[in-house]
Amino acid sequence: MPLRRRDKLITYLVVGPFAIVLAFPFYWMLQTSLKSELDLYNTENNPFGWGEGSPTLDNYRFLFSDTQYVHWLLNTVLVGLVVVAITLAVALPAGYALARLSGRWGQSMGVGLFLVYLVPPTLLFLPLSRVVAELGLQDRLASLILVYPGFTIPFATWLLMGFFKSIPRELEDAALVDGASRLRTLVWIVFPISLPGILTVIIFTFSLCVNEFVYAIAFITHSDSKVVSTGIYTELIRGDVFYWGALMAATLIPSIPLALLYNTFLDRFIAGFTGGAFR
Amino acid sequence: MPRRRRRDLLEQRRFLAPALIAPAVIFVALLVGAPLALSVYLSFTNATAGSLTGDFVGFQNYADQWSDPNFRTAFRNTIVFTLVANAIVVVGAAFLSHFLVREFRGKWFLRFLILLPWAAPVALSTIGFLWIFDSLFSVVNWTLIHLSLVDQFNPPQWLGEPNKALAAIITVHAWRLLPFATVIMIAGLASIPKEVDDAAKVDGATGLKKLFFVTLPLQLPIATIAVLFGIVFTATDMAVVYILTRGGPFNSTQMLPMWAFQTGIQAGALGPGAAIALFLLPVLALVTVLMLLFARRVEVT
Repeated sequence: MPLRRRDKLITYLVVGPFAIVLAFPFYWMLQTSLKSELDLYNTENNPFGWGEGSPTLDNYRFLFSDTQYVHWLLNTVLVGLVVVAITLAVALPAGYALARLSGRWGQSMGVGLFLVYLVPPTLLFLPLSRVVAELGLQDRLASLILVYPGFTIPFATWLLMGFFKSIPRELEDAALVDGASRLRTLVWIVFPISLPGILTVIIFTFSLCVNEFVYAIAFITHSDSKVVSTGIYTELIRGDVFYWGALMAATLIPSIPLALLYNTFLDRFIAGFTGGAFR
Repeated sequence: MPRRRRRDLLEQRRFLAPALIAPAVIFVALLVGAPLALSVYLSFTNATAGSLTGDFVGFQNYADQWSDPNFRTAFRNTIVFTLVANAIVVVGAAFLSHFLVREFRGKWFLRFLILLPWAAPVALSTIGFLWIFDSLFSVVNWTLIHLSLVDQFNPPQWLGEPNKALAAIITVHAWRLLPFATVIMIAGLASIPKEVDDAAKVDGATGLKKLFFVTLPLQLPIATIAVLFGIVFTATDMAVVYILTRGGPFNSTQMLPMWAFQTGIQAGALGPGAAIALFLLPVLALVTVLMLLFARRVEVT
């Protein structure tokens, strides 16, 4: 339904300022990342303008040729993808079973799973770091891949349980009556309908992994195996020296594709959150 | 035939459900259950770094922390951060979502801008704010100085003065949670059936009346979920405080996860560290259960 002229104006007047305020730090990262040292650290200069030597791509050059930045990005994506795969493999069947095959205790177990998600990393940290050490996984991405499912699985199972519940039972019953086995029904009927839900879980899981900071900073000190959050934080800030230009370039780069991804799948995400294609 | 089929299903179900749930349970038990149990044990001992055992000291660690001023500050701050940031987020998101469900030109791009804070990894965007609040080169201060709102020679130190640092941390939390809450609220609006709209129209409910008596009540269960996530994200997050202030200046922006990390991991006092981290757990668990129950109750009626 097209909006009337007045409604349209009001919409822009509300959404516009929100967008400006929320996106400002990223605009600021962009501007900072394109500045020369000379310009950046001269307090006389207007920070919104360009001073001596700006704009320049020097910071980007430094980031890509003099640091392990590309490595950190790849590590982040790798950890994220592997954890997503593990999480789906475990949470899909569990979420379905809790939603459909178990009675009342499925419900309480669902809430229980969410409670597991509340346990702060600081509590699990010491025992887990011991486990990581025993297995010889320090400074390896495998340590993160081992630990992250601890918070992604409960969360994903809880979300998936909700999605599966919203699928009408009749659909499955029809397939079952037709002689399909439960597992076949699951793979051919239930999962395809739950695609928006599954997509939501993938995005959520990936974003939880990318956001994680505490384990990543504690388990991995070797530059080669760092992920993007910790790599930038530990190597572009050296004592009192902040490489602000490169730092801002480094924070901006992963944010853009992630936001594009979220925006592209947002409608599906919303469909997933409100309970699948059938309501 | 029907009877046999039903029995088959039942057989299958009895076997299938545990088989499907087992891997998840094993993962959670090993990665969360066991370490958690060990931490609970540690919180009753005087264990220090290097060993995972110590002498049993009962509730001593908890009592010590409760009377420690740093703990008190951390406890208070955790609650303040969480409540204030989420209050801002809920009001902002409820408002914004009403406009963002509409169709308008340029929506895709504006939505992209709005989603950025949520998409960016928290540690990275917080580094962005570290620069925005820099003591010398803060763009906020530059702007305020040029608007003659603050003294050029004594500009505010956003991360160096207790109250301003608290405000800075709350700003970052609210900023980064707002898009997510908005998305969930849009989901809530989208789930309101078209018939309700029509019924409201027939009953003559329009504008504000419709907003307060029809839309907002229907939005409530999903708004509760948004707040629940918001509370969990703020109360358990350590990255923002770790990067912006490390709990400083003088522990004034200390919060529980940060204080637990500094005590238990950096200072090596495992027992007290575990006790600090455990303080938060029952509170969060209670809040979660209440909110989930509330969301369900509202949904049913």
